[in-house]
Amino acid sequence: MEAAMGLMRRIPPKHTETALSALLSLLPHHSSDLLSQVDQPLQVLCDMEYGKEFILCEYNRDADSYRSPWSNKYHPPLEDAPQPSPELRKLEVEANEVFAIYRDQYYEGGISSVYMWEDENEGFVACFLIKKDGSKSGHGRRGYLQEGAWDAIHVIEVGPEEEGIAQYCLTSTVMLTLTTDNESSGSFNLSGSIRRQMSMKLSVSDGHLCNMGKMIEEMEGKLRNSLDQVYFGKTKEMVCTLRPPAELVTLPDS
Amino acid sequence: MLEEEEDSLESETELTDEQKIEIAKWFLLNSPAGEIQYVAKDVRAILKDENVYRKAAEEAFPSYNKSHLICLELPNRSGDVLVTSFGEVDKDEYLDPRTAQVAIVDHVKQACKEVRPARDEELPSAFVEEYRSAMDAEIMKYVSEAYPKGICSVYCTKGKDVEDPGSDFELVVVISAARHSPQNFCNGSWRSIWNIEFKDEIQSVEVRGKMQVGAHYFEEGNVQLDAQHECKDTTLIQSPDDSAISLVNIIRHHETEYLASLQTSYLKLPDTTFKDLRRKLPVTRTLFPWHNTAQFSLTRDIEKELGIGK
Repeated sequence: MEAAMGLMRRIPPKHTETALSALLSLLPHHSSDLLSQVDQPLQVLCDMEYGKEFILCEYNRDADSYRSPWSNKYHPPLEDAPQPSPELRKLEVEANEVFAIYRDQYYEGGISSVYMWEDENEGFVACFLIKKDGSKSGHGRRGYLQEGAWDAIHVIEVGPEEEGIAQYCLTSTVMLTLTTDNESSGSFNLSGSIRRQMSMKLSVSDGHLCNMGKMIEEMEGKLRNSLDQVYFGKTKEMVCTLRPPAELVTLPDS
Repeated sequence: MLEEEEDSLESETELTDEQKIEIAKWFLLNSPAGEIQYVAKDVRAILKDENVYRKAAEEAFPSYNKSHLICLELPNRSGDVLVTSFGEVDKDEYLDPRTAQVAIVDHVKQACKEVRPARDEELPSAFVEEYRSAMDAEIMKYVSEAYPKGICSVYCTKGKDVEDPGSDFELVVVISAARHSPQNFCNGSWRSIWNIEFKDEIQSVEVRGKMQVGAHYFEEGNVQLDAQHECKDTTLIQSPDDSAISLVNIIRHHETEYLASLQTSYLKLPDTTFKDLRRKLPVTRTLFPWHNTAQFSLTRDIEKELGIGK
């Protein structure tokens, strides 16, 4: 398992899917560990009843079926599949509606889904997912990208309420790849994946959704910023180390 | 239930040794610049089968080494040799045209075992060598100015037996610059290959370049740059020394332009390119009103009533 995770840190993030399926076939007895520890680009199905797409993940899966957050039905249909309690389902419906607006304001397109389920210690877990195709042919408003994918996975464990306070543990992963391609500068691809955690104790007086939403918004901002400033910046630094830009070198004739 | 599932998965996907070798090769070949030894260690640990690992490594390392244009130190302190398909004499033998030596390499260890003088038939004719060595001298000057750790080599890939003007021949310039700093969680490489065809009939030299740049940053994450560009140019055939000067000018010009375009791509990231994935701030330019989401259901109800909702 350690070696498998080691490989995932080195293989180009744009090949994550291939790498994961290769590892699954080499290490079948570790399949559940691999599926839970390796994040892979999100897949989508269409809920025909609502004419809306929803995102698939381990948290809405049972056997080979996935529950849609819109109709609350499994696709393909599955009998006796688990469902959140009516109370939690109510929060899930609300979260899906609000999160879709949040997603639209930041992503100008894309797909989102929220899933919730009860956990063993009287709290619950919520999973917020966003998938955005930012390419020219997808939802890229500005048309700069030949290829552009952003997948965000936010899993929040919400502890039981004690004296009006609950503990929120957020684990967020962002996977992205972007490619620009044109005759004069060739193809330029950056791909990456990072994962971060954040824990907070918050008063539940504003409601769980408000607390979870704020944490996710803060975390997404941090992740976007560190990808942009730190991670992409480091690869740029590397390029300039390999070949320092002209202003740093004395030109032969000057 | 989970166990059952895993059992069935196991029996369904029992791999043959050939399939395992193919998978292992895929991982090795997709290693970022300078990281194949780390990948190999992990692949070996996962396979738990020395025979399978050895076969995969024997097949994958030579192609990785050649495509990454890796540079190996010659054992007799006479410099470095680049492992490239242009200098490949035999599977494990690579010509260093500058010193007219052939390095015998161990692909998997990525080391040079021994070195022997090149045989006459492995070297170009005196006529072509004049062009090649003039080119080599010029390109060395350029590479030492432009790349702090650049290694270059000039090969004759076609018409190496041409004795005098009147026939075509081809030189290939290879530039390879790599940086490995695992302690800073960063590796990268710049690779350029320039095909230079001397066409006697039209008295011109056709130049085709391919530049490839990769970088990997992996502190608490995995982010990689993969960029490449191809270009073309032409010039007239001149004397060996004059040809070398104008050809190196062409190479310098295109490589400088390419570096500038890479920097432009980086500059555009924050506010244009990246914005198509996710904006820094919402379209409303203020943080999302999580404390007041009731307004949305109100708007939605109105939209529904007016029939303008989605």
